Amino acid sequence: MKRSRFVYSQRTTIALGILCIVLVIVVVQLWLFMATMEAFLGGNAAIPIPAWIASIVCLLLNLGLFYYLRNLDR
Amino acid sequence: MSADDPEHVTVAPDGRPLEEQPVWRQEFPIDWPQSEYVSRREFTRLLLVTSFAFVVGQTYIVVSSLLRQHQSALPVAEIAATNELPINGVKLFAYPAAKDPCVLIHLSSGEYVAYGQKCTHLSCPVIPQPEKGIIQCPCHEGKFNVTTGSVISGPPNRPLPRITLDVRDGRIYATGIEGGLL
Repeated sequence: MKRSRFVYSQRTTIALGILCIVLVIVVVQLWLFMATMEAFLGGNAAIPIPAWIASIVCLLLNLGLFYYLRNLDR
Repeated sequence: MSADDPEHVTVAPDGRPLEEQPVWRQEFPIDWPQSEYVSRREFTRLLLVTSFAFVVGQTYIVVSSLLRQHQSALPVAEIAATNELPINGVKLFAYPAAKDPCVLIHLSSGEYVAYGQKCTHLSCPVIPQPEKGIIQCPCHEGKFNVTTGSVISGPPNRPLPRITLDVRDGRIYATGIEGGLL
């Protein structure tokens, strides 16, 4: 079986760092969602599409970070 | 695999060697570094699912917003006669559908204004008090300006949606909605 280049304690530190970044991005997405909902209910049609794109960028960032995390095991 | 391989060194949470650990921990040793690593990785996966859920929510808002833009114009509906309401008089009506309560107010300036009756905070029915110049929400003490529908105080952070009116031939007609959803 192929071994990871990091021992578990090192991987835990990396995972914690990635976890913190992902958490911050998810909080940004939460803020985006609330702001978009507020704008939508207020009849503002200019906000939803840019906010949707920003949210997708956040998801892609999270996916990239998680992909890196998964690759630590390989 | 060797005993000094750092991958296989198990360290208990208190850092003491295995011989000093309680019997239950000696009999069921857990690879703590591995356990901590896996729990962080799995929590990150959970956050990833949350992130995806936010994108789904945003998509729903975008679709609803686009549908609203392409909606056909609202109907024109007669809601009252001008001699029906005295100065500072108030009349409830439903517009555009029977489930959308609205309120028509005859201001002391002689002008007519109409708003959706649901508070923009938590949808409680608002109560117009034109003589005081306010529309009040009794649930959380939100106050709106009776002339403009804007927020004066309290938890609401959006103005009341305004019903556009057309007054002609002694009749008042509702013609549309501006400033948000009812």
